[in-house]
Amino acid sequence: MTIVSNPLLSVQHLDKRFPGVHALDDVHLTLDRGEALAVIGENGAGKSTLMKILAGVLLPDGGQIVLDGKPIRCASVHDALKHGIVLIHQELNLADNLDVAANISLGRETHRFGLLLAKADRAEAERVLRLVGLDVSPRTLVGRLTIGQRQMVEIAKALATDARILIMDEPTSSLSQHETETLFNVIKSLKDRGVSVIYISHRLGEVRAVADRVVVLRDGKNAGALARHEIDEYRMVSLMVGRDVSKWYHRQPLPLGETLLDVEGLVTPAHRRHRLSFQVRRGEIVGVAGLVGAGRTEMLEALFGITPPLAGTIRIAGQPATIRTSRDAIRAGLALIPEDRKLQGLVLEMSIRENIGLPSLFRTRRAGLFLDAAQERAGAERMIAGLRIRPPLPKKVVQLLSGGNQQKTVLAKWLLLKPRVLLLDEPTRGVDVGAKEEIYRLLEQAARDGAALLFVSSEMQEILTLADRVLVMHQGRLTAELSRDQLSEEAVMRAATGQS
Amino acid sequence: MTKALGIAVVLIVVCVGTSLQAPAFMSTANIQNIINWTSLFSILAIGAALVIISGGIDLSIGSVVGLVGCTMSLLANRWDVPPGVAVLLVLLLAATIGLVHGLLVTKLRLQPFVVTLCGLLIYRGLARWSTGEATQGFANERFDGLREIVGTVTLPGFEALRLPIPFLLMLGLALLVGGFLHWTIYGRYLLALGRNEQAARYSGINTDRMVILAYVMCSFIAGFGGVLLSLDINALQPSSFGDTYELYAIAGAVLGGCSLRGGEGSILGVVIGTALIRVLYNASSMLGISTSLEPTTIGVVILLGVMIDEIVHRISARRQRRSG
Repeated sequence: MTIVSNPLLSVQHLDKRFPGVHALDDVHLTLDRGEALAVIGENGAGKSTLMKILAGVLLPDGGQIVLDGKPIRCASVHDALKHGIVLIHQELNLADNLDVAANISLGRETHRFGLLLAKADRAEAERVLRLVGLDVSPRTLVGRLTIGQRQMVEIAKALATDARILIMDEPTSSLSQHETETLFNVIKSLKDRGVSVIYISHRLGEVRAVADRVVVLRDGKNAGALARHEIDEYRMVSLMVGRDVSKWYHRQPLPLGETLLDVEGLVTPAHRRHRLSFQVRRGEIVGVAGLVGAGRTEMLEALFGITPPLAGTIRIAGQPATIRTSRDAIRAGLALIPEDRKLQGLVLEMSIRENIGLPSLFRTRRAGLFLDAAQERAGAERMIAGLRIRPPLPKKVVQLLSGGNQQKTVLAKWLLLKPRVLLLDEPTRGVDVGAKEEIYRLLEQAARDGAALLFVSSEMQEILTLADRVLVMHQGRLTAELSRDQLSEEAVMRAATGQS
Repeated sequence: MTKALGIAVVLIVVCVGTSLQAPAFMSTANIQNIINWTSLFSILAIGAALVIISGGIDLSIGSVVGLVGCTMSLLANRWDVPPGVAVLLVLLLAATIGLVHGLLVTKLRLQPFVVTLCGLLIYRGLARWSTGEATQGFANERFDGLREIVGTVTLPGFEALRLPIPFLLMLGLALLVGGFLHWTIYGRYLLALGRNEQAARYSGINTDRMVILAYVMCSFIAGFGGVLLSLDINALQPSSFGDTYELYAIAGAVLGGCSLRGGEGSILGVVIGTALIRVLYNASSMLGISTSLEPTTIGVVILLGVMIDEIVHRISARRQRRSG
C-alpha cells in the first residue's frame, strides 16, 4: 500500500480539550477519494469528538483540517456542508411527519417567491433514492419507513447535497443483517462514484467487511492504523484496549439444572398465527437470533407481560404462571433487560440508587406502603460494588454515566431481585468493548448463580460467543434450534432468512 | 429542595420590601388574611402538583371547586341533607370526577389537557344550571358547626395571632402528601413514571393505576379545598366561584419547582410558591399598584422564576458534567 501524495482530507495535530478531559491529543487522519475508512475505539476514545469537529459541530482547540490541499475551517454544520462533509447521526434526524422528498430537500427546498415547487424536489429525491437503491415513492411519509429505509433516506439526503465525505456514526446499530448488507452495497457504490466514507462502529465484523483502512483511537490519541490486509478482530481489539488480549471472550458451558422456563404455544399479539415453544434450563444461556422484525423483542415482551400473550402456557420452575402485567412477571421470577435502556431501562434523571431500587421496592416495603430507605441504599451499594458500576456513587444521576455503566445499572436493578429467568434484549447495544466483556462475565455469573438466561442479539459475534444454545426466529416463527456443536454463522443466517 | 429555598428567599425579600413601603402589610389582620388565602390555595396547588408530577395536567380544578360548593349548598339548603353528609357526598363526587379523568387518560389514552379542559367546561355548566345561577351560601345556623373549620384558633402562648384553621388543615395535608411522595413506594412510583412512564412500566409498576390515583387525589383535594373555600366565601356566584383557580394552583406548583415535564417537585416548594403568589397579590394592592395589573405582576414574577430556574439548572448541569 503506497501513501497517496494528495489525500482528499488530511487532519493534522488536532487537539480538543473539555474541562477535565483531553478529548483529542495530536490526532492525525487522512482520507482518500473513494475510500472507506473505519475509525474505531472504545467509548470515550475521542471518535465522536473527532467526527463532530469534521462536521462543524465543534471547533478544535488546535491543529488543522486540510481538504484538497487547502486548509479549511468548519465553524458550523453549514460550513462543513459547503465543503461536502456530512455527518449522519446515530439518532436519525428526519421529520417523521413529512414525506421522503420533503426530508431530502429540507432546508434547500426549491421555491419561487416562497412557494414550494414540490415537483422539482420530488424529481431530485427520485434521483438520489435511485443512487442508494431505495425503492420507495418520494411521497411516502418517513414515519412509515423502517429504520433501515430511513438510514437510506439520510444517505440519499447527503448525496443530494453533493457530499464528498460521508461520516456514519454507528449506522448499523438498529439495522437488521439484511439492511446492513444493503448499506454495505450502497457504501461500495458510493466509493465507486468517488465519495469517501468515514465509518464508526463498535461492530468489528462489520468493520472488517466494509473498511479499506482502520484508524484506532485510544484515550484521545492515535493508537494505530491497519491497512486492508491487516484488518482482523484480534488486531483491532488489541489496539483499542491497548493490551494484548490473548483471546476474545470465551466461556465454558455450565452443568445444566432443571428446566426453569418452559414456554408452550406462546402467541404474541404481533404474530398471531405462530406458536412458540421452547425451554431454558438452570445455568443455561440461550441466544435468540434473527433479523430485526423477526418477533424476538415481541416474544420477550409477551413473556414479561408488557404486551400480554394471547395464548400459550408459561411455566417457571414447573409452576404455571399467568402473566398479564410486568408485575405478574416479576412475581413469577422473571426479569427483562429491555432493548432501549434510555427509554425503557432507566429513568435517566433519577440516581443510580433510585433506579436500582425501582423493581424491588414492593418486596422490601414496610406496612404495605412505606419505602425502606435503608434496604434500598444497602441493595444499591451491594450491586454497585458487585457490578463495579463507575462512578460508585449511589446518588449519581444515571444520565451522567457512560453507556456501559448505564447498562450495568439496568442489570443491577434486575439482578438485585435474584430472578429465576433473566430475559435480555440486546444486552450490549452501544457499549464499548471493555464494558461488553464485563457484561458477558456478569451474565455468566448470573447463570452460575442458578438463573436461566434468554438473550436476544443482532450481533452474530455475541450469539456465537455467549450462547449455549441458539433459537433462530424468522417472521414470527422459530425456524431453528441450534446446539453448541451445530452452531455456525451460516446455520444461523440460513434459519434467520427463512431458508432451511 | 434548593428550589424551595430559592423561592423562599424571594418570598422573604418581597415581604420585607413591602412592609418597608407599606407598614400595614405587617398588621396582624393582613398576615392572618394572607395565611388564610395561602392555605386555601396551597391545598388546591398540592392536588395540582400530584397530577403535574405524574406528567399530566388538571385544568378542571377551579370548576370542581365551583361544582362542589354549589352542590353542597343545594344538598343542604334545598334537599335538607345534614351538612356533614353533604360534605361527604361532595367529596365523593370530586373523587369520582378524578376517577373519570384518570380512566380517560389511561385507558382511552386521551390527552390530560383535553380531558380536563372538557371537565372545566362541563362542571362549570352543571354548577350554573343546577343552581339556576342563583347565589349560594351557608348562612343557615345549621352550618355554624361546619363553618368552624374555616375559623381561627389561638395557640397557647401566641394569643395575639389568631391562626386560621385552614392553615392547620393545609399543613396536615402537606405532610400527608409529602410523606406519600417521599416515604412510600407509591410516591416513588409516581415520581418515576412522571419522568419516564415506559421505564416505570418495564420495572413492574402498574403505571395506569398510579396515574388514576394521581387524578383521584387531585380532584378529591380540589373538592376538599372547594368545601373550605365555599364555607369561607359564603356567597357563591355559580358562574364565577372558583373560576381560574386552577391556573393559580398550577402556577403555584410550577413556581414551587414542579416541572410540567413531570417527575419533579416538592410539596414544601409548592406551598412556598403559592405563598409567594398570594403575597404578591396582597402586596400589589398594599403598594397601590393598580388592581388591574395584579395578574400581570404575578405573571411576570412566575416567568422570571422559571427563567432563573432554567438558567440555574443549566449551569449546575454543566458543572456536574465537568466534575463527572
